[in-house]
Amino acid sequence: MDVSAEAKRIMAVSISKLYASRAQRGGMRLHRSLLLSVVMRSARDLYHSACLAKERAAHLVPVTLEEDAMDTTASREQVEVEVSQVEPEPESPLTPTIQEPMSSDYEAAQGACKTRTFSGKETVEDKENRSPVSPDRHSRKRRGKASVAPDFLPSKRARLSLELGEERVLRTGRRNCCRAGDAFTTLSLNSNRAIAAF
Amino acid sequence: MVGVGRLVREGVRGSEQARTSRSHDSVSSFHRPLARVHNPTNKPGNRARIPLAMAGAGGGSNDVQWCFSQVKGAIDDDVAEADIISTVEFNHSGELLATGDKGGRVVIFQQEIENKSQPQCRSEYNVYSTFQSHEPEFDYLKSLEIEEKINEIRWLPQKNAAQFLLSTNDKTIKLWKISERDKRPEGYNLKEEDGRYIDPNTVTALRVPVFRPMDLMVEASPRRVFANAHTYHINSISINSDHETYLSADDLRINLWHQEITDRSFNIVDIKPANMEELTEVITAAEFHPHQCNTFVYSSSKGTIRLCDMRASALCDTHSKLFEEPEDPSNRSFFSEIISSISDVKFSHNGRYMMTRDYLSVKIWDLNMENRPVETYQVHEYLRSKLCSLYENDCIFDKFECCWNGNDSVVMTGSYNNFFRMFDRGQRRDVTLEASREGSKPRQVLKPRKVCADGKRKKDEISVDSLDFNKKILHTAWHPQDNIIAVATTNNLYIFQDKMN
Repeated sequence: MDVSAEAKRIMAVSISKLYASRAQRGGMRLHRSLLLSVVMRSARDLYHSACLAKERAAHLVPVTLEEDAMDTTASREQVEVEVSQVEPEPESPLTPTIQEPMSSDYEAAQGACKTRTFSGKETVEDKENRSPVSPDRHSRKRRGKASVAPDFLPSKRARLSLELGEERVLRTGRRNCCRAGDAFTTLSLNSNRAIAAF
Repeated sequence: MVGVGRLVREGVRGSEQARTSRSHDSVSSFHRPLARVHNPTNKPGNRARIPLAMAGAGGGSNDVQWCFSQVKGAIDDDVAEADIISTVEFNHSGELLATGDKGGRVVIFQQEIENKSQPQCRSEYNVYSTFQSHEPEFDYLKSLEIEEKINEIRWLPQKNAAQFLLSTNDKTIKLWKISERDKRPEGYNLKEEDGRYIDPNTVTALRVPVFRPMDLMVEASPRRVFANAHTYHINSISINSDHETYLSADDLRINLWHQEITDRSFNIVDIKPANMEELTEVITAAEFHPHQCNTFVYSSSKGTIRLCDMRASALCDTHSKLFEEPEDPSNRSFFSEIISSISDVKFSHNGRYMMTRDYLSVKIWDLNMENRPVETYQVHEYLRSKLCSLYENDCIFDKFECCWNGNDSVVMTGSYNNFFRMFDRGQRRDVTLEASREGSKPRQVLKPRKVCADGKRKKDEISVDSLDFNKKILHTAWHPQDNIIAVATTNNLYIFQDKMN
């Protein structure tokens, strides 16, 4: 967990640097912002893969059946949390064949191989949770060529904090998930927005 | 030692005008050098030339031994932000040395004519001209302040008695003319010496005004202002060998200018993506080839260098050559991408090689080989395990420059703790030297320094943890013909010369 704690710390440092650079004399430096967002992204990716690895390791530990049920339920929620934060390019390859609906999965989870169920859930939940993310992203902000502001217009920098606030509200309202993971997705989107603000 | 505010320390000739006088008259300001006879026709050929065949690094009987010569700048440790040196550049003959600082000022030093009676005493650099090149500006459309910090100075080749240089901040490039005046007309019929007009009725005799010698005055005046061509921050300017054009590069674009024409520039490289969220790399430095006027290179934040040929097409977005070294997978970390970003690129004088500086190393590339550098020198490899702390204290973003000596046999770059490094390419030797006030007695030989990476620190070695990361040498310059180097610490300029035997 050293790795994920380290990744979390680096992300926090990066985001504070990004915000500090907004107040810098001479305006935000594109090169510096780009490097900060690169570090943020790799820290975020590492944090996610470290958390997923942690969950898998927890699943594979042999325990009693009763504990199994509790574990599975608890870890499923966590998996739901973690997977919902996975970006469109997830770390692990998903097996698309397993299509188990979430609600009827409690018994199947205990009987079936843990890892298979795990990845199956990933598919299901990832598909379920992926769709709200994409159209949301589309609706909240214009994309593509039209979204690039002409150079001579006032920059969108001033609205960055407002967007961040909006995102936080929307995301925490939609699902009950850990705020740390929440913040990371928000931050990763912000890193793109920081560049787009130029 | 009494540091009275801005007292400037001098080697031999007494105090000089403080560098920190902020005159806001950017049109023309002048500085009176110390009274001396100056012969404007003194051409570089009159000076004794030190053969660079003996140029080298470090100790040994056949090698160059570097000695302290001079230091310029305030003594007090409390550094005013405006005094931070941001660029150092020798002119083509080496007679003039220009520095730019964060306060937008340019100070030019001139090498004294050598004292024939004391051949041991090498010529020294004294203040020749000081002027305010750039002022802080405000961009009203973007609500942004534009810093006056001088990012780069480039000298134009000398064509007549005057000197010309280009200086640039983040947005505007200016062409400055530095000229001398040592005569003035006297004996007007209708004007007194102080300028008052004489009543014509009182004039009884007429005389012809004549030129009489006066104290040398050096004037700097802006001849051209090249503005409004860059959306992003300018990081480089480079003068073409055709002596007519020059390029300016910002984070995403490179523009080509004619030296005479200010209202038009041509965009020759544009790497801005249609959607800025897809941005993956920026331009970090650019330079024209020293002999081929159609060729230039630009480096990127991803560690690649692109060579472009302007004859191929008007827009050089596609490169002629791409120089890139495959990444070493064993060195992968969070910060791999940051430390591979190239901070400086410099062609060798002979035009066959180019040198790039990234955070931890200096690489020499043969222009004919694109897949890897021919030489790699580690500047401060002991920092590789400290990248996380260097990221937190922002040092990982420091942009170090590098330079070649006159015959391309030695390269030099800066490091932390006021250390700078020289790498002798031929003899495969390197040395670490320090620019500090402790080693600054006249003609004192610099002692090589050593940083101890592991715990077993020997005598005179410095451990990595006791390095001062606030003392960084980002800008260095090497005289084009002699073994004279200018090394800028935060707010001081050190000049070192080789020991004449």
